[in-house]
Amino acid sequence: MNAVPPGPAARFPFRHLLGIEGLHPPQIEALLDLAESYALLNRSGKTQRDLLRGRTLINLFFEDSTRTRMSFELAGKRLGADVLSMAVATSSVNKGETLLDTAATLNAMNCDLLVVRHAASGAPALLAQKVDAAVINAGDGTHEHPTQALLDALTIRRHKGRLAGLTVAICGDIAHSRVARSNIHLLIAMGSRVHLVGPPTLMPAAVDRLGAHVFHDMAQGLAGADIVMMLRLQRERTARGLVPSAREYFRFWGLDAARLALARPDALVMHPGPMNRGVEIDSQVADDPARSLIREQVEMGVAVRMAVLDVLARAPRGRRAKPAA
Amino acid sequence: MTGDLFFSGVRLLDPASGRDEPGALLVRDGRIADLGPALAAPEGAARVEGGGAVLCPGLVDLRAALGEPGFEYRETIASAAAAAAAGGITTLAALPDTRPAIDDPALVRHLLQRGAETGSLDILPYGALTRGCRGEEMAEIGLLREAGAVAFGDGARAIGPARLMARALAYAAGFGAMVVQHPEDPSLAEGGAATAGELATRLGLPAIPAAAEAILVARDLRLARLAGGHVHFAHVSTAEALALIRAAKADGVAVSCDTAPPYFDLNETAIGDFRTYAKLSPPLRCESDREAVAAALADGTIDAVASDHQPRDADDKRLPFAEAAPGGAGLATLLAVTLARVHDGTLSLCAAIGLLTARPAALLGIAAGRLGPGAPADLCLFDPERAWRIDADTLPGKARNTPFDGRAVEGRVLGTWKAGRRVFG
Repeated sequence: MNAVPPGPAARFPFRHLLGIEGLHPPQIEALLDLAESYALLNRSGKTQRDLLRGRTLINLFFEDSTRTRMSFELAGKRLGADVLSMAVATSSVNKGETLLDTAATLNAMNCDLLVVRHAASGAPALLAQKVDAAVINAGDGTHEHPTQALLDALTIRRHKGRLAGLTVAICGDIAHSRVARSNIHLLIAMGSRVHLVGPPTLMPAAVDRLGAHVFHDMAQGLAGADIVMMLRLQRERTARGLVPSAREYFRFWGLDAARLALARPDALVMHPGPMNRGVEIDSQVADDPARSLIREQVEMGVAVRMAVLDVLARAPRGRRAKPAA
Repeated sequence: MTGDLFFSGVRLLDPASGRDEPGALLVRDGRIADLGPALAAPEGAARVEGGGAVLCPGLVDLRAALGEPGFEYRETIASAAAAAAAGGITTLAALPDTRPAIDDPALVRHLLQRGAETGSLDILPYGALTRGCRGEEMAEIGLLREAGAVAFGDGARAIGPARLMARALAYAAGFGAMVVQHPEDPSLAEGGAATAGELATRLGLPAIPAAAEAILVARDLRLARLAGGHVHFAHVSTAEALALIRAAKADGVAVSCDTAPPYFDLNETAIGDFRTYAKLSPPLRCESDREAVAAALADGTIDAVASDHQPRDADDKRLPFAEAAPGGAGLATLLAVTLARVHDGTLSLCAAIGLLTARPAALLGIAAGRLGPGAPADLCLFDPERAWRIDADTLPGKARNTPFDGRAVEGRVLGTWKAGRRVFG
């Protein structure tokens, strides 16, 4: 008999990757293990150019994001897929028509893997109902950014050897951050302790109900942290009066060397990018090779996306396949 | 001349008089000629054998948006009338935030006329409180009232400035008209798509604190004391706002309120995985607020249950949640979902039907919503036990956007009569 051990695809039985919420720890671990092997493969310079040969990957970006799009492009190409990237103008009068019209177009093109970035929460879930392709959420509004959380977890695991039992402080604009939400779901599922630190105006309602601990003071929030994850403060937040100014924000919630000293002595610094130097993070910390994992996050991003493309391309196709994660 | 119509074997239910007994009812010339337990059928009358079903006044819907004028792709008056008839509704107060808004006496008369043309539904227009429902300058409340507007408000839009609200309350009171508020502080509600809380945070949706309702209710109750006049709060959905209204009623403030079936039958979890049919305005609330709405139906704080019908088409709803238009279709499901609160023991059948007939009629100052000799024979015959499943695809009317898609309910309209003429069943 063919006694094939269950591969990663068997351990990740979903058709789409729309979010981290709802994934079980073994499913997350399967993705991280596979991504780890791709990270090693990438470093060795070897590639698997034929795994996705003949498959079409379309990056559909309704919102600008050079680095995420490039990361998915590179991941797809390293696996041998035909990769197209479409930037769709969001300024058109009726975004909704564009979204569903696009879905119809993609079905006609027999796209296999669809990577979607959209400014509205739930847009990839809506597309997933309408397209035949496997949908990967590359960031939707303030909802989720699952591949970012996976690459963050992989980066942490490579440096700390584990996720369980670590304290991770996520700092800044939690309210408008899909990165924060996906990280909260993933880290809590994997047994980490999550601190959320930021001004009350940037903290979403009832976020403690997700299992995280909320702080408004950096000294308290960073105490005992193994990882300090900084989030980008978008300029429009100050314009909308959620914080008075960038300099006041940096004074109380920015990360510099003195403030990093409030965390554990071996604490490491992360940032999903792109950084606002001098607003949420000081260059001295961001560029310190002994403390900053920011460059490695980018590297792990490609590996994680290769793993996600791999498992979803292996998953059963068609509308009657298992529902989305 | 119209022949006589005789309903036999029915349970006569008239909340206005408290009548609830087995009996019969005779219709002659479009009006109720007689009713009672011992009524005999006159010679030659057409007969409807009720088989024990409930015969009550045709329902009076205090609040519904029609697609006309301006949004005929969502609903026409003809399709709304068909949905209303299927729901047992024979009188309906139509919201003024159409395109154009109902801010001119000619438009009021036009809607009254269009209702009459349906032959099945009296349409009672709300007048726009402000020109264009833009919330700036008062509309011609006196002229609109004279033309037949039953009450004044800006529809789905809250009356924001306190000074405008105070003036409107005082001025409308001079014409004996109530001012209907969409109670949601506009600056707190701006851009929001869901009630602030754990679920909105998980879904990453722009949120509205539930307190936005109580904040505007508290202000307007105080303004009503200051300016005089009758303030009515539409689709009240939170425990906190209901507590304020309850206390103000006890203090003798001229205040009334309604709610709609979603707010006592669903909670925020209905929006689940970004289900836009459950995106409403105000948004669905937490379970304890839903329970408070049900309790306020039972203790009389809430004066009416309205359909809050807001027809939307696929292009309005097949969008990412925050971009989708709020609102649910409600005409055909108004009675059945309200009866769920009878079946679970919250309300007596008589109280539930009162919230759908006599009490909204009293708020509107109209003669409809009661069974009595001489009253128009607007009637609804329903079986309170008959089970069915609400299905968006087969919903009567044009609008498909029911938040109750898939819900099993008990209570089915068997027939609807308008002025003695059968218009459904």
